[in-house]
Amino acid sequence: MQESRREETLRMKRIYALEEHCLGCKLCEVYCVASHSVSKDLVKAHKTEEITPRVIIESSGDTSFALQCRHCDDAPCARACITGAMQKDPVTGIVSCDSERCVGCWTCIMACPYGAIRRDKYGRSIISKCDLCAEEGEPSCVSHCPNNALIYKELEANERGVE
Amino acid sequence: MNYVIIGNSAAGIGAVEGIRLLDRDGKITVISSEQEHVYSRPLISYYLSGQVELAKLKYRPDNFYEQNGVEALLGDRVLRVAPAEKGLELQSGQRVTYDKLLIATGGQPFIPPLKGQSGENVFSFTKLDDARSLLAQIKDLKEKKIEGQAVILGAGLIGLKAAEALIKAKLKVTVVELSERILSTILDEQAAALLQSHLEEHGVDFILGDTITEFGGNSNHLKVNLKSGGILDCNLAVIAVGVKPNIPNITDNLIVSKQGLLINQQMETSQADIYAAGDVAEGYDMLKGLRRVIPLWPNAYNQGLVAGQNMAGGNASYDEGFARNAISFFGLPVITAGIIDPPAEDLAAKAGYEVLTTGCLEKKTYKKVVLRENRMVGFINLNAVDRAGILTGLIKEKRDLGGLKDQLLSNDFGYLSFAEEWRREKLWKG
Repeated sequence: MQESRREETLRMKRIYALEEHCLGCKLCEVYCVASHSVSKDLVKAHKTEEITPRVIIESSGDTSFALQCRHCDDAPCARACITGAMQKDPVTGIVSCDSERCVGCWTCIMACPYGAIRRDKYGRSIISKCDLCAEEGEPSCVSHCPNNALIYKELEANERGVE
Repeated sequence: MNYVIIGNSAAGIGAVEGIRLLDRDGKITVISSEQEHVYSRPLISYYLSGQVELAKLKYRPDNFYEQNGVEALLGDRVLRVAPAEKGLELQSGQRVTYDKLLIATGGQPFIPPLKGQSGENVFSFTKLDDARSLLAQIKDLKEKKIEGQAVILGAGLIGLKAAEALIKAKLKVTVVELSERILSTILDEQAAALLQSHLEEHGVDFILGDTITEFGGNSNHLKVNLKSGGILDCNLAVIAVGVKPNIPNITDNLIVSKQGLLINQQMETSQADIYAAGDVAEGYDMLKGLRRVIPLWPNAYNQGLVAGQNMAGGNASYDEGFARNAISFFGLPVITAGIIDPPAEDLAAKAGYEVLTTGCLEKKTYKKVVLRENRMVGFINLNAVDRAGILTGLIKEKRDLGGLKDQLLSNDFGYLSFAEEWRREKLWKG
């Protein structure tokens, strides 16, 4: 879709993966679960709470990387959402889903070109996706990556399309 | 600027939000024949089955109209548009003027001519009021301790979601469908057979290749006559053979094509300053290369969003229309998009189509991709929906898939399946 807006494209920090640094250790997933738990405790979150990680780890042979919601400018998931649960915040740019209003129809899964939205594995049929750890300042997957394979920044024009 | 929007569903709301991207101050009036605040029509089956309560049918927050400076004229109808004066005449007697007008009146159920269908227990199932009427009838049956039986005409999306909801409401359900398979517009034969047996396991009975000719009996005990000669007894019936554009007979000079109001990629009709979007409009299908009504929620919202921006002086366009659906029945999810069943003659004529499939009957999974000149043009993911949006994205991208073709059906299909350069281009977009 071609857009026509008064404002420039909303500038925001996003998470980028450095494939050559990723060890495939899955600590990003572990910390993602803890960050979205009630206890905020690594052990309790995994043993007593049922939380679907918001990050997707792709791995094959020697190559691996973590992928999270890209918080797209045009947010096709939010535009496709039939309940209005999925929204892009016009100020922060964060795309988030109100789990109270989500009915698990999976229309956002059909719409997301990154395949970054998951079906929640537990409880009621709803989706699960990255919210950039909105309450914490820096996404937990980024701050806990042991090899700095995840960075959280606003790309400059000359960085687009290249690592 | 003075904007008027006829319609209060996906396209109408998309237009409000599109206008407000560019114009914070202009006056917006939304006119709807329904009394309801903004609600989601696809959720009425969830409401009927009791999965979602009434308050959660809201598509936008309670303060949506106030926040967006919208005057909502609910429960009123437009009788006439006079483009020369840029005025509208409403049923209530009120007169409204516009600078830019959007027709987003949606679709309405197509009701085939059947004898005896005016009976009070024969329903459509597209609006909240339809769900309310069905719920009232179900309650009435329960109070009378009658074990309810329902007959549904049509095994499309609406008919089958109604069937699921009525089963969950403890009725016995028979679906009658003229076609030899269910969901014939979005599933191929294999996927339809799999889904049909899943629905049958959950209690839905099917009569395919047949249709209803007449309703007899009385309001509590309908007798449904089938073309094949059979007779079904039931307490209520739902007609769900399809929807057609709800074209208001309000102005001359609007070009109505095969089905809907003809629009260009800017959502403009043939009349200056009159736009149309959503299920009433015939927009561009990028895969079929022609204009047609694509009566689906995401399509309607996106068309509305573009119409709104252009009404506010923008220069937006939407040329990404194509069929796409995500739907679940009794926990079995299916996502389909684009061309899912290329015509046999096209395949035979080698129109560049290629079809790849995989699946497992026991696990009730089925995946199919349709390529045209090595570009993605359609897919079915039945009970294997995770990451399906990557395929939808590839349809929009129209790019030659190269070696990616061989990865499309693999269980761990993802961005690692892409060539490194292509992956970086997509993931490092900023």
